[in-house]
Amino acid sequence: MSLKETYGSLGLSDFEYDRILELLGRPPNYLELSLFSVMWSEHCGYKNSRPLLGRFPNDGARVLQGPGENAGVVEVGGGWALAFKVESHNHPSAVEPYEGAATGVGGIIRDILAMGARPVALLDSLRFGPLEEERNRYLMGEVVRGIGGYGNAVGVPTVGGEVEFAAAYSGNPLVNAMCVGLIRTEDLVRSRATGEGNLVVLIGSKTGRDGIHGATFASDELTEESESRRSNVQVGDPFCEKMVIECCLELLRNELLVSLQDLGAAGITSSASEMAAKGGVGIEIETDKVPLRESGMEPYEVMISESQERMLAVVEPGKAEETLRIVRRYGLVGSVVGRVSGHGDLRVIHDEEVVGSVPAELLTDAPTYERDVVRPGYLDEVQMLDLEAVPEPEDYNAALLRMLSHPNLCSRRSIFEQYDHEVGTDTVVSPGADAAVMRIKGTGLGFAISTDGRGRHCYLDPKGGGAATVAEAYRNLSCVGAEPVAATDCLNFGSPEKKEGYYHLAACVEGMAGACEVFGTPVVSGNVSLYNETESGAVYPTPVVGMVGLLEDVRRHATPAFKRERDVVVVIGSGARVSLAGSDYLEIVHGRVAGRPPEPDLEAEKKVADLVRELVRSGFVDTAHDVSGGGEICAVAEMALAGGLGIEYEEGALERTTAPQGRADIALFGEGSGAFIVAVPEERWGDLQEAVGGDVAYGRIGTVGGERIRVGDLIDVSLPELRTAYERDLFGAPGGAEVAH
Amino acid sequence: MRIGVTIFPGSNCDRDALHAIERIGAEPVELWHADADLKRADAVLVPGGFSYGDYLRPGAIARFARVMEPLEDFARSGGPVLGVCNGFQVLTEAHLLPGALLRNTGMRFVCKRVRVRVEATDTPWTALCDPGEELTLPIAHNEGNYFADPGTLARLEDEGRVVLRYLENPNGSANDVAGICNEGRNVVGVMPHPERVSDPALGSEEGLKILRSVLAGARV
Repeated sequence: MSLKETYGSLGLSDFEYDRILELLGRPPNYLELSLFSVMWSEHCGYKNSRPLLGRFPNDGARVLQGPGENAGVVEVGGGWALAFKVESHNHPSAVEPYEGAATGVGGIIRDILAMGARPVALLDSLRFGPLEEERNRYLMGEVVRGIGGYGNAVGVPTVGGEVEFAAAYSGNPLVNAMCVGLIRTEDLVRSRATGEGNLVVLIGSKTGRDGIHGATFASDELTEESESRRSNVQVGDPFCEKMVIECCLELLRNELLVSLQDLGAAGITSSASEMAAKGGVGIEIETDKVPLRESGMEPYEVMISESQERMLAVVEPGKAEETLRIVRRYGLVGSVVGRVSGHGDLRVIHDEEVVGSVPAELLTDAPTYERDVVRPGYLDEVQMLDLEAVPEPEDYNAALLRMLSHPNLCSRRSIFEQYDHEVGTDTVVSPGADAAVMRIKGTGLGFAISTDGRGRHCYLDPKGGGAATVAEAYRNLSCVGAEPVAATDCLNFGSPEKKEGYYHLAACVEGMAGACEVFGTPVVSGNVSLYNETESGAVYPTPVVGMVGLLEDVRRHATPAFKRERDVVVVIGSGARVSLAGSDYLEIVHGRVAGRPPEPDLEAEKKVADLVRELVRSGFVDTAHDVSGGGEICAVAEMALAGGLGIEYEEGALERTTAPQGRADIALFGEGSGAFIVAVPEERWGDLQEAVGGDVAYGRIGTVGGERIRVGDLIDVSLPELRTAYERDLFGAPGGAEVAH
Repeated sequence: MRIGVTIFPGSNCDRDALHAIERIGAEPVELWHADADLKRADAVLVPGGFSYGDYLRPGAIARFARVMEPLEDFARSGGPVLGVCNGFQVLTEAHLLPGALLRNTGMRFVCKRVRVRVEATDTPWTALCDPGEELTLPIAHNEGNYFADPGTLARLEDEGRVVLRYLENPNGSANDVAGICNEGRNVVGVMPHPERVSDPALGSEEGLKILRSVLAGARV
């Protein structure tokens, strides 16, 4: 193989190789080239996204740790803090869905553990192609099984998430996992290596050949050959991870560690070089001291292996023996594999001979690429929507049933019942609501978490979709009664080397960053997954936002379920902006993905969300839900189904939205209002009007009761009939009750 | 009263059980798998989880852990023992309870709340319940499908040793069995998790009845 072929096969460009020559002042050997290859991959080096990520606000009063560590950390109060991050495992899941999803969960848990926090909650954002295709059914089934197989065994509850289906994700599913950890603020750990002469200890499982060059694999498009790269996908062992969690928490409790870092993409190379670069020191790794799973492994393989369930710790020499004793008590492998030194290099030693040595800061400082942001021409075409060509449904009952049975809107019960969402006994609001609500034992405090993504919206309008994604997360937290404090993001996009892909990335980030500014929710951690493309094209641009909010009194929260007969149902927020453009209704009932969804009015949305949150926080409202996919009537139907109580719309209730546009389907199924639906007992209706005041639009739409949903002479459906449509098994026969159109 | 909670590698409901025991005013005691010592516990709870990863058969490895030696003696001499979920599986593998727990007939892990009927109140873990009382308890398992040969099942029924019975069978269990006891009635295994509904903050305290029963028994 020629030199050019060698570095090319490792994913390095001519420009990058020349830069390595220039920085080192000599040609690298194969091991050193491998180190650069993994560290300068998009996955580890963020070379296409770093300049754009700088636009996110990442500071705030509650932020204890922003981007740059294993996870972001926010202060809760009472001495508590939350560490959280979302990460993708898209490429591995495309070729080996069970292990890809499982190790995605395992990896994000270790990121949280590396901050010293106990992982307490998991969420997953998933995207698949339509379930009519067998391959997509297989991918979904295995991904869900993998998430459950790992999360259930490791003992961290999976409390929420979301899933959507679109042809753009066929063959390239998105599997994003978020983890939240709880920690006392004084116990926070950083990954900075310090103290020349301190020892580097590898903890967890043995090292094998699994996942060699996984980071490079994840930074390329998926092709037919990707299938042959199954060996790039790691295999998870949740039992071992459980032991790693308990062991590391005990080591930290006993104050045995100087610093801690998880091993993820690029294995020891990434962990050691980041620890060294952050501490301004060098780290020497003796590859022959690393406990191996198989014989004959080359030093470079040991350095870049992505074997799972491993952590790297810096330990003072006097504490090494006690550290290793505790590691053994948990049945784990522990070994001193190196030391901190003053030279600043990541130095690889094998049989007492230096086999490679590269300044750590060169590895962690990948070159960055800024490209021209060019608006793609397809946008003009897809944003055109002539409402005249979208006829009103003849049968609104049928339209509603069809909407609620569609995989994008139906109940997620058949997924979340496969996840243990209660282990840990802190889950106050289980999956199925707008956000998961967790308590902090021994306090009255709670926190809420949601993940949101709006791929179709971002495809139709990248900037507006990016902003709407953040707005959706903000609304979801607000309507359970939580104050949103910070976000983490996973940017799932196509190739940044293509004009369209780079535009999507740049415009979505701009929209998200602007919304985060308005909402006061800094981005404290995140992950980028580019090259989500198959031979038939890129996925929808799908930034996923995980947001965390706080509840001062966890008892005061709301859920969507109608709770009492005769409650008054009220829409809070203006209905004037609702539109069918880019809506679920347009896609599900009319088979079209078109139009430019209303650009969110962020200031107005914040005002409404803050008001609803205040109503919940003060204990005034216990029933709330935001209007999102499927529009007002689908939100109302979900509330009715969750509570087992029907609703009767009042005469004229639709006029608040039909008046400007004149169509009942827009009022019922239109999206983009940023509105909420709440329910309060009749006798509190007067108080509610007073509490809402004159600044925010609101309107009474109906009364809870009975076993039907009735809207004038348009809709009259029984709850059992709705339930049959809504509670379909996503793993059952393809299409289910839905008839293909 | 001291209630011990066994901790095997891979147990993951141990901390929840310890917390619930504290809530009922008893003293929780951690029983590490590698120590053959029950630390003077007056009762023992074998918690849920995936002991040793459940890679062979749930509970099949845990039964050989050192802590099981004194636990078996304790159980055979009439000490109150409650196995929850994986703990139930461990007790069947250890032959402290008859039968076995097979994979759910739906072939999926199932996590939800189910309604069960208390069929036997003459055990140390159900003494505070009323006969026929209905409880709503959480389940979370992949192997909760109770199986025993027809003779054993008939004996369990005849001797009133079915302790909890599902109202809607979630996993294919024979005779809708959700929990059973041994001949001495002191060893009980249940698939539902009482420790998960032991706090009003989580919306229900129905599980406390089961945990408090053992306290009531101790005072008699």
